[in-house]
Amino acid sequence: METTAFEHGETVRRIVADLKGRPGPLIEVLHAIQAELGYVPQAAVPLVASELNLSRAEVHGVVSFYHYFRSTAPGTHTVSVCRAESCQAMGGEALAAHARQRLGVDFHQTTPDGRFSLEPVYCLGNCACSPAVMIDDRLYGRVTPERLDALLSEADRKR
Amino acid sequence: MRCSPKPTARGDFSRMSFTVYVPRDAGALSLGAGEVAHAIAREATTRGLELQLIRNGSRGAYWLEPLVEVATARGRMAYGPVAVGDVPTLFDADFLSGGGHRLSLGFTDQIPWLASQQRLTFGRVGVVDPASVADYVVHGGYQGLRRALAMSPEAVVQTILDSGLRGRGGAAFPTGIKWKTVLEQPAGQKYVTCNADEGDSGTFSDRMLMEGDPLSLIEGMTIAGLAVGATQGYIYLRAEYPHARRALNEAIAAAYQARYLGADVMGSGKRFDLEVRLGAGAYICGEETSMLESLEGKRGEVRVRPPLPAIKGLFGRPTIVNNVITLATVPAILHRGAEQYAGYGMGRSRGTLPIQLAGNIKRGGLVERAFGLTLRELLYDYGGGSASGRTLRAVQVGGPLGAYIPASQFETVVDYEALGGIGALLGHGGIVAFDDTVDMARMARYAMEFCAIESCGKCTPCRIGSTRGMEVIDRIIEGQETQSNVRKLEELCELMVQGSLCGLGGMAPFPVQSALRHFRGDFTARVRH
Repeated sequence: METTAFEHGETVRRIVADLKGRPGPLIEVLHAIQAELGYVPQAAVPLVASELNLSRAEVHGVVSFYHYFRSTAPGTHTVSVCRAESCQAMGGEALAAHARQRLGVDFHQTTPDGRFSLEPVYCLGNCACSPAVMIDDRLYGRVTPERLDALLSEADRKR
Repeated sequence: MRCSPKPTARGDFSRMSFTVYVPRDAGALSLGAGEVAHAIAREATTRGLELQLIRNGSRGAYWLEPLVEVATARGRMAYGPVAVGDVPTLFDADFLSGGGHRLSLGFTDQIPWLASQQRLTFGRVGVVDPASVADYVVHGGYQGLRRALAMSPEAVVQTILDSGLRGRGGAAFPTGIKWKTVLEQPAGQKYVTCNADEGDSGTFSDRMLMEGDPLSLIEGMTIAGLAVGATQGYIYLRAEYPHARRALNEAIAAAYQARYLGADVMGSGKRFDLEVRLGAGAYICGEETSMLESLEGKRGEVRVRPPLPAIKGLFGRPTIVNNVITLATVPAILHRGAEQYAGYGMGRSRGTLPIQLAGNIKRGGLVERAFGLTLRELLYDYGGGSASGRTLRAVQVGGPLGAYIPASQFETVVDYEALGGIGALLGHGGIVAFDDTVDMARMARYAMEFCAIESCGKCTPCRIGSTRGMEVIDRIIEGQETQSNVRKLEELCELMVQGSLCGLGGMAPFPVQSALRHFRGDFTARVRH
């Protein structure tokens, strides 16, 4: 089985063992894997399936259904730019274009140096302070292109 | 222990401490409240002052955030918006005793934008320490549960029915009827679930409530559990709300500690357990049956109804599914009585509604008032017009599935029936304002794009129709065969409305149709590329 060679196999088994007693545990398990590894590796899918007595298709179906779960490793920092209506009303599309241009990647991509992943998000619930951006777990409001540059530079200095 | 810098009113120089409030609401943090709190603590240490820094929720006046408050003998006084650089001058002005400063806003309760509101559901948000059960109880918390415990389950459900409370998530279904249905199911495992998947752009009241007064939601769910015989509750929270998650988990832990949750709720011998489950970025999971699938750990595909969730819901058991605001309003209704709540509002829209002013608006934030205000009053009296200073051209009410309303209809009253009467919907009470630079054909395209991104894929009109809709609008924007393409778009919208399985595909055409109705020129007057 390919699962035996999977480098994060022990981590995944431990997470499943911790959570499998809970009702409807699959999404909880995937969250825990992503929280620890940063993503849900393809190789984790068959392992999670066998540990939870589900089919691979069921696990893959859930991983691929939800926008939040990612199958590839993210960059050091994840930049989520809100693209919903309230932010659009305050220049959100120009900000999104600026983010793409500044990072040199499109949405759902990671910069070649692995520093930043750029993700679209459809509402961060900060609509009275649009446009909004989240960098890792930090939320920012009324973000101008200049402020985004400053925030990205600041994030880049960390680690 | 240190001395205060000035004598108190009684000329007492003895040691005293000051209480300062700096919000940890995500919106306030997004504007720098965290740095301001840090700067205040540091400055106090430098000056040898002792202060108690409470991280409260937001009052909802976001153009004043970060809003710093100090407790004085005469009431709380506000300063804002405070930047880190203002902190030393605030200390110089003795703001800890309410001293005058360029950023002084006077007594918080007397700020007109707040003073004119009717905060029943949001009465404690921005006021209390969200993590403190003791503070919650001091401000009237757990009075509703105390009363509910002295009543029969039937009487609790009847109180909710009598209050006229309707689901604040958007569907506006009478809450009491849902509860009654669950109560009438045979005894056995039942669930109370809270839909905290607040995904509509322009809405943030759930987030504010969960961050600012999470115990009111916890109390509301506990009352619901006792009323229908459910011992387990789940809060289905969207993954985009990490601050709310922390606030809820802290408050749940505190409620367990104080025995307001667990095996013996308030010494009644009755059990209610509660936990937060995280969503994973799927708008469709705000639809109740899709949310239940997701809570079961599955793809969030909608279920065909019937059976209703109240009969066969989570894990096939009778389940209450209510929105955050609905459940957080329950304690106030039990505490003060159904009549008091029903005394607010108009027609069949009883009580108050926390309205969220968003988008291109000068004074955005949360306005809780009895149903009955017009859009114009909200947009201009509270909102102060556009943020850009330009003319407001349109608002979208009720999230990405809500209609666009032109300025000519700003006299419309914001209640379920009046908005329905002009082909719009109130939804979760979010109002997104757009100025006259908005291109309504592009907004219509976005509505279809959003539906395509978020469709669960189960039914064809939604899955395929949304993509075809985008393509047709692209051709319209490019000026290709405008008349026939607009006709095609109208037919497609009709098909999606009639043929979709749930509200996503069934309502995604609403913004498109309303844009076509009110802003047709934006579609037909395109220059051929």
